[in-house]
Amino acid sequence: MSDADPESARPGFVRIAAGRLLQQRWVLAAAAVAILGTTLLSGSPLGPTFAAIAAVAAVAMLVPRGARARRHGETDADRNPVERLSALRLAAAVSDPLVVFDAQATVVHANPAAEAAFGSLRGVDLRLRFRAPEMQDLVRRTLDAATHPAPVEYVERAPIERLFRVGASPVGDGTGLFVLVFRDQSEARRIDRMRADFIANASHELRTPLASIGGFIETLRGPARDDPAARERFLEIMQTQTERMARLIDDLLSLSRLEMKPLVAPGQTADLVAVVSGVADALAGIAADAGVEIERHLPAAPVLAAGSRDELTQVFENLLQNAIKYGRSGGRVVVSVERSPVAPGGGRPQVEATVRDFGPGIAGEHIPRVTERFYRVDGEASRAQKGTGLGLAIVKHILTRHGGRLSIASAPGEGAAFTVHLPAA
Amino acid sequence: MHIVTGFDDDLKYLSGRIAAMGGLAERMVAESVSALVHADETLARKVIDDDRLLDEAERDVDEKAIGIIARRQPLAADLREIIGTIRISADLERVGDLAKNNAKRVVAITAGQRPAGVVRGMEALAELALGQLKDVLDVYATRAVATLAFVRDRDVQIDAVYTSLFRELLASMMEDARNITPCTHLLFCAKNLERIGDHATNIAETIYYVATAEQLPERSRQDDSHKVTLPASATGRQGER
Repeated sequence: MSDADPESARPGFVRIAAGRLLQQRWVLAAAAVAILGTTLLSGSPLGPTFAAIAAVAAVAMLVPRGARARRHGETDADRNPVERLSALRLAAAVSDPLVVFDAQATVVHANPAAEAAFGSLRGVDLRLRFRAPEMQDLVRRTLDAATHPAPVEYVERAPIERLFRVGASPVGDGTGLFVLVFRDQSEARRIDRMRADFIANASHELRTPLASIGGFIETLRGPARDDPAARERFLEIMQTQTERMARLIDDLLSLSRLEMKPLVAPGQTADLVAVVSGVADALAGIAADAGVEIERHLPAAPVLAAGSRDELTQVFENLLQNAIKYGRSGGRVVVSVERSPVAPGGGRPQVEATVRDFGPGIAGEHIPRVTERFYRVDGEASRAQKGTGLGLAIVKHILTRHGGRLSIASAPGEGAAFTVHLPAA
Repeated sequence: MHIVTGFDDDLKYLSGRIAAMGGLAERMVAESVSALVHADETLARKVIDDDRLLDEAERDVDEKAIGIIARRQPLAADLREIIGTIRISADLERVGDLAKNNAKRVVAITAGQRPAGVVRGMEALAELALGQLKDVLDVYATRAVATLAFVRDRDVQIDAVYTSLFRELLASMMEDARNITPCTHLLFCAKNLERIGDHATNIAETIYYVATAEQLPERSRQDDSHKVTLPASATGRQGER
C-alpha cells in the first residue's frame, strides 16, 4: 500500500471523521442501544448515558482505521477508483480487441470488442484461431521469453479485409497471464486500395465511351461537317455517352465510399418493412412509366434487421431499379419481407426480403457472376438500359458489411428473384 | 482429459502444427492470387519457396502421429482425432501445392493479355475459396461443428463460379488466337482454385467426423464444366439456388 502523495491535499478531518463513524455505524448503534437499555433498566439518570455514548463516538472518530479502510477514503482520492475496478470492466471499456491468455495459449478472457471482431473466443487455443505465421511467431515469443516482442501486422480477410497491428506482453509479474492487443489499421489500407481500384476501374470503363465520343467528334469535324441530319444523330449519341460516364463516376464513387467503411457498427436497427415500402413508393413513378406494377407482400408488423437504414435503402433501390429495368416485359414486380423459417446451422435468426420480377430471367452460367463489378450478362441490352454494371456489386458490398448475403434464383423465361438475407435485430 | 498428461501434450502439439500449416496455406493461396492479379513475379517466387515448409510440416505431422498411435494406442475419440490430423495435414499440403502451381503460372500470363473480366472472376473465385478455407479452419479451432452447413452452400457456389469462368475463358480463346496461351494457364489456375475449395470441404468433413464419429451427408459434385460447349447454344444450366 503506497504512501499518500505528500503534494496532494489530504481530505479534511471532518470527512475522515464522518467516514470512520459511517464504517462503524452498526457497532456504534449497538453500543448506544446497550448503554441506553442498561440505564433505563437500572433506572439511573439519563445525563451520564449521553456522556457515555458521546465518549464512545469520540473514540470511534479518533482511532484511525485499518489499511483496507484507508484505501476507502483517507488517502489520495484519485488513485482509489481505478484500484477498486475489476479488470473485466476495464477491458470491456477498451474499444480495441483485447485477449488475455495463459501459458498454454488458451484464451482466458476476450473483451466485447474482441468477440465482435473475431467471434466467440472463450476457451479457444490462440494458435488455432490466429494461424498466420506472424501471429504464431508473436505468441510463441511472448510465451517463451515472457518479454515484450515487437508488434506484428495481421490481416483478417473474411468477411471484409481488416488489418491489425498486434502487440503482446505479459500481464503483471508472475501472474502467468499474457495479453494480446489489436489496433485496427484497416482504414489506411482501405484508402490505398480504394484509390488504386477507383483509378483502375475508372480508366478502364471510361475508355470506351471516351473513344466513342472522340470518334464522333472527328467525324463531325470531317466527313459529316455539312450533314445536319448526321450531326443531330451523332450529337445525341455523344450526349448519351456523356450521361453514361457521369452515372458511372457516381456509382464508382458510391462503391469507393462504401469500401472505405468498416463493418456496420452493432446496435443500429432498421425496419425492413418500412425500408422496402419507402423504396417502392419512391420508385412508383418510374415503375408506372415503364408499365410495371409493384406488388407488395409485406407483413403488418415491423420486421427489424441489424443494420443501417440508409444503406439498406440503397440496396433495395438498386434491386428494385434492376427489376423494373430488366423485368419490364413481365409487367409486374413483387416485393416481400419475412422472417427466415430456420436459422442456418444454428446461427443467429435471420430476416429476408425478396424482389421478384417476371422478365426474361438470367441464365444459370451468369448467376454466380452478376455481382461482380462491370459483369454484363448481355452487353448490348444492359447498356441500352443505361446500366453501369455496378448496381449489384454495391448491393453485395453493403450486405457483406452487414453480415448478410444475397441469394439469386432465376431460370431463363421465368424471371428472377433476388433475396436479401440479414441478421435479425 | 487423459490420465497421462503427456498424451494431451502430444495432441496439442499436433493441433498446433495443423494450425501453423493452415495459416501458411491460407497465406500462400492469398499471395498466389495477388501475384496473378498484379503480375508480381517476386511474390510468386516467395509462394513457390514457402511450399517447402508445408511439405516438411506434413512429413513431421505424419511421423509424430504414427508415433503416437504406436506408443499410446489411442481409442475412440482420440484415435479419430489422430487420424483426422493425418488427413487434414494431407489436404493442407495439397492446398499448398495448388497455390504453388498457380504461382508458377504467373510468369506465363503477362499483364497485357488478361481480359479484365476474367481477372475479376478469378478474384471472386479466390475470395470464395479463401473464405471457405478460413471458416473451416476456424471450426477446427472452435469445434463448433453445427455451423458446417455453410460449407456445402459455398462449395456449390465455388463450383458455379468455376463453371462460369470456364465458359468465359473458352469464349475468350475463340475470339482471338493470341489469347489461347494465357487463357489456358488461367484455366488451370481456376481449376486449382476450385480444387482448393474442395480440399477445404474435405477438411470440414474430417472435422465433423472427428467430433461426431459420423459422416456429413453425401454432397453432389456440381462441377458442370463437362457440359460446357461453345458456340453458346442456349444449353446453359437452369439456375438453381
